[in-house]
Amino acid sequence: MDLWNWLEYAAWGLSVAFGLHMAIDWLKTDSSYSEDVLTSSREGELEAMAEEHKVKS
Amino acid sequence: MTDVDITSKTMDGMGPHGTKVGLLRVLGPAHVWALGVGIVLVGEYMGWNFAVGKGGAYAALIACWFAGILYTCVAMIDSEVTSTVASAGGQYTQAKHIIGPLMAFNVGLYLVFAYTMLEAANAITAGYLFSVVASMAGYQAPLDQRPFIILVIMFLAWLNYRGVLATLTFNLVITAFAFIAILVLFLATSGIAGGGIMQHAALFEGHELPYGWIGILAAMHFGLWYYLGIEGTTQAAEEVRSPARALPFGTLAGIMTLLIAATLTWYVSSGVLPWEYLGDGVNGSVAPLFDTARLSGSTALVWLLGFGTLFATLASANGCINDASRAWFAMGRDKYLPGWFGAVHPKYRTPYRSIVFLVPIALIFALGAPLDQVITFSILSGLLGYTFMPLNIILFRRKWPLHSIKRGYEHPFHPVPAITLLTLCGVTFFAVFLGYGTQLVAMIGFYIVVSLWFHFWRYRFVNRGAQFTMPWPKPLGY
Repeated sequence: MDLWNWLEYAAWGLSVAFGLHMAIDWLKTDSSYSEDVLTSSREGELEAMAEEHKVKS
Repeated sequence: MTDVDITSKTMDGMGPHGTKVGLLRVLGPAHVWALGVGIVLVGEYMGWNFAVGKGGAYAALIACWFAGILYTCVAMIDSEVTSTVASAGGQYTQAKHIIGPLMAFNVGLYLVFAYTMLEAANAITAGYLFSVVASMAGYQAPLDQRPFIILVIMFLAWLNYRGVLATLTFNLVITAFAFIAILVLFLATSGIAGGGIMQHAALFEGHELPYGWIGILAAMHFGLWYYLGIEGTTQAAEEVRSPARALPFGTLAGIMTLLIAATLTWYVSSGVLPWEYLGDGVNGSVAPLFDTARLSGSTALVWLLGFGTLFATLASANGCINDASRAWFAMGRDKYLPGWFGAVHPKYRTPYRSIVFLVPIALIFALGAPLDQVITFSILSGLLGYTFMPLNIILFRRKWPLHSIKRGYEHPFHPVPAITLLTLCGVTFFAVFLGYGTQLVAMIGFYIVVSLWFHFWRYRFVNRGAQFTMPWPKPLGY
């Protein structure tokens, strides 16, 4: 079999490996942490503004 | 204000307002540069030359510089607004704060479609490049490109999943390589270092403007390819250590890099390749810089530009995954989409669900749609986004004048850049209409339909109070 046939198989294999790694880690993460923690992210703030500005009511 | 100090060294990345797991602030200006230039530079390696086919070499140069003005306006406006709205989602978040929910929803979709389509187009191109290498290496049978297309998407998605620092450091290395390759090609072929092979006068004689001034207008459509994607730097806003400094610095350094790269690319390619060949990106010169290297007779240049082409393609796909996932994540976080997408990985600190969710969509387009249609969909989404920007900055300056909010960067000559950008967008819409009128109308129809869906259904789920967490004063006049 030609080198390029091997490379084709290697590409298929690596693609499956990367996909499986993400899928397994995803399931493991979702089962290890509560949804409240995972989705607790809120918008960031700029430190310069956080230091210098106050919210005006 | 905020009960958590996000600049704290002991709680790095912990955001305000009860964030337990947030995106990690680890990036610097070089990563911002790599994100913006990385997405775009593939347009120098291939694609821009369709502009030559539309109007000749001079038309492509004029389009290059007019599109350069358009994107310089984009970079300046983005730098000012994003240095203030330092949050993932980029222009989506800007629209949410400055204009309103419906605009934000549309801009968010423009971003996700533009980047996901571009990612798919890059994967198709990478597959094609592998087949060219196989053919040059003497492989007789046609190479099955599918495993290589899938590998590019899966590998880069995996890299993005594992962390933003490694992802954009990888982008920095391969983007710098691709940019230096263009500089080396220019030095080696222009006569500055070694013998020059440029034949501009001979190649242009009698073909200065083969289709007249309308050719220049038509060339504007593909003039965008020199710079399409530089606005993606804004998506890093929530992950840079110092948004006020890093975002304007990285974005403006990026557009300067691209103006140099675009002009040099035009110069070396049009000085070696006849315009009829150069302008046919399908049956003629698919990768003009690589073709120029081949005509130089230098094996080292051929290898250098060959790797430059591949690296530029990978950098673009990589940056697109980063940006599309941040936009999707930000929309999920605000409940514009299901809140499930707003999750952050507790270990890698990336929007992992958004990254994984967009993988099959990119694969479907990469494996099942023709390249030109995929790219056109991407360009049109980008163009709609650029049209939003001048309106955005005008409203931003009106509602929050310079004295009311401290900016990391204040762009000069306002409102000239906004008016220039709006005018050039109008010209480009007309140019796109000349070549892809049906797609343009279909796309606008699509966005009208999804806007109706958002207005009459989805908006009821939006978390209206919790999404405005910036410590801004009330807008002027409210």
